[in-house]
Amino acid sequence: MVISFLSALLILAGLVFFLGAGVGILRFPDFFSRMHAAGKGDTLSTLLIIAGFALYQMRDLGDSEASVSAVLVALKMLVIIAFLYIASATSTSALAEAGWEDGNDPVIAPKHENRLAGPPESRTAAADLNRNSTHDSQP
Amino acid sequence: MEKKPSSSLDYALVFGALMLLWVILSGKLDAFHLSLGLISCAAVTWMSGDLLIGAGSSLGLARRMVRLFRFLNYLLWLTWQIVLANIAVFKLAFAPRTAWQPHIVWHRTALTTDLEKFLLANSITLTPGTVTVRIFGDMLCIHAIDDVSAAGINGEMDRRIAHIFE
Repeated sequence: MVISFLSALLILAGLVFFLGAGVGILRFPDFFSRMHAAGKGDTLSTLLIIAGFALYQMRDLGDSEASVSAVLVALKMLVIIAFLYIASATSTSALAEAGWEDGNDPVIAPKHENRLAGPPESRTAAADLNRNSTHDSQP
Repeated sequence: MEKKPSSSLDYALVFGALMLLWVILSGKLDAFHLSLGLISCAAVTWMSGDLLIGAGSSLGLARRMVRLFRFLNYLLWLTWQIVLANIAVFKLAFAPRTAWQPHIVWHRTALTTDLEKFLLANSITLTPGTVTVRIFGDMLCIHAIDDVSAAGINGEMDRRIAHIFE
């Protein structure tokens, strides 16, 4: 009973963070800012929801027969989380890079210099960083 | 990192990892399913054991275990950072527009291997308010959503990652 309540609580917390991610995607001003909401909002919320499922799965761990399969299912959910750690961040970076390649100009806050063109210390590298040239060199 | 021919230790570790995954995913512990797993894991190890993680390094078993332990330790820290990141994004999503100061920062890293840089870029993306847009050599192009999170890019993560592989 307590475990059911705890897992419901975890799932609910996950849903709240999903809501935050959704609101962030709609409200943030530009493509890159939206990546923050889209890429991170779902990591913790999926983590919480899956943890809630795993906990619910283990609710009757005392029963000899059910416990082995319950632990195995919980382990499978752990594998999903491991996958998520790699996939979520990688897809966020891939999308951000695609947005950069496509010439999306980020909204830059006032008094924050737009340094998108290249690292300030290495102007020589700026030629490589020119988005148009890398874009045109694509086959 | 120089590529060395794979040792029998490499193959043993790859086989062990694959077999563990098999048992978790299949969930059946009878002789038939276990032998199916043995055959397929052996086949995969034979064909591509030299491609998977850690293969080709000359480290002994003890060093690898230390690395694995440090990596797991790092994952715990990263999970805590993810919790903070989500709370930060959640707050920002409902904050007034003046709370956002989106801008680009550049970070020079001392990490050299591709795996280390990949870990760093992934971790930066997962931590509060920062997304790695691109890696140019040793420079990382990072989009930060406000000044506080931009100040978090100060090389602490570099040190933690370097500590795993030292």
